[in-house]
Amino acid sequence: MSLVQLTVNGTRQQVDVPPMKRLLDVLREDLALTGSKEGCGEGECGACAVLLDGVLVNSCLVPALQVNGSRLCTIEGVSTEGRLHPIQQCFLECGGAQCGICTPGMILATQHLLDKYPHPTMEQIQEGLAGNLCRCTGYMRIFEAVQEAAKVA
Amino acid sequence: MRSDVGQFDFVSPASLDAVLERLAAEPGVHTPLAGGTELMVALNTGRLQQHSLLNLQHLSELRFIRVEAEAIHIGSGTTFTDIRRSEAIAIDLPLLSQAASWTGSVANQNRGTLGGNLCNASPAADSPPALLAYGATVTLVSSHGTRTLPYSDFHLGYKRTALRPDELLHTISVPTGWSGYRQYIRKVGTRNAQAISKVALAAMARVDGDRTSRVIGDIRIGAASLADRPVRCAAAEAAVRGKLVNETTVRAARTALAGEAKPIDDIRSTATYRAHVAANLLEEFLRSLVG
Repeated sequence: MSLVQLTVNGTRQQVDVPPMKRLLDVLREDLALTGSKEGCGEGECGACAVLLDGVLVNSCLVPALQVNGSRLCTIEGVSTEGRLHPIQQCFLECGGAQCGICTPGMILATQHLLDKYPHPTMEQIQEGLAGNLCRCTGYMRIFEAVQEAAKVA
Repeated sequence: MRSDVGQFDFVSPASLDAVLERLAAEPGVHTPLAGGTELMVALNTGRLQQHSLLNLQHLSELRFIRVEAEAIHIGSGTTFTDIRRSEAIAIDLPLLSQAASWTGSVANQNRGTLGGNLCNASPAADSPPALLAYGATVTLVSSHGTRTLPYSDFHLGYKRTALRPDELLHTISVPTGWSGYRQYIRKVGTRNAQAISKVALAAMARVDGDRTSRVIGDIRIGAASLADRPVRCAAAEAAVRGKLVNETTVRAARTALAGEAKPIDDIRSTATYRAHVAANLLEEFLRSLVG
């Protein structure tokens, strides 16, 4: 077992877990943060994406030991004081979420994208979200939500 | 079936030297793990054979891009995002920059490293064709010293490399100074993001002569998924080097490439398709030289 200390959504946490335990499982099982979803478990679908020290990663591919001392933002940390983040609001209003499994990863990938490109082109949006698969929306409403979020964020 | 994570040992040595000491003390026992984009997939699907892993992800000694007069030196722990962000690589090694941009997705590029990609030694990996075309060299380190070899000698077979059990890939050095060359790279897959190549080709050529007689002065071709390892296509290069760019040369190049390609049938494509499309890509490049 390894003692892993990390800051999750602004709160300091400490867990004692096997060092190869997936960050996704640490979040869901040890910290009871079940917003991050498991889709493929192979880094292909992006449903488990979180921001690790401000950088988008697939949490199913990150072993617990590698997040020791890190700062993490999950979907639970995106809204503030019960108010939706503009990105979440735009996904809601544009119909960018249906079944919801891909949505946490989509929101965080969007946040990462807008950090890099505050006014992204359609090509940048498509590339920024290419690692996040959605089986419901056909993507167009998601792209629309990201464009709207870029206007208000 | 997912592996039982409790059965895996994973430690973070404090320095590169400490990693090399562990590798030397028990050769073949420990497996380095950097970005995790390959080994964690193996873990998640129950295929990870190695039970003792050494963390490299925190070692800043392995994460650098050093630009010198005649080459760019890239640390093995450099991520694909780092490579994409490098202006020097974008200008001097555009094929590598392009390959980095379609390696996995943004999230995978943020974690995956160039060294990990090469040591994983998939014949379908995205960066090898560019590195082969540029004539890169690799520097391997162990607690006994360092050695440098041409990258074209690094891959020995399917998922087999020249790394000894106590060695670690440290630096990938890529010669620059290609301003006189036309450069080409194309990946054929189901889609660019995430999809593993059916076949990919990187090529560069220097065209000599005037408008009326364009001769291929030099050509360098690297390919993915055409053999059990990433390969430089020496026969196709020889078939066109010094030749005029015309129909005869294009046909000779196709024939030579077909002769040296040894692709396989697998879940992503067939040998026949791969060989045919590789020849199409080479033809596309050669025809662009007269444009």
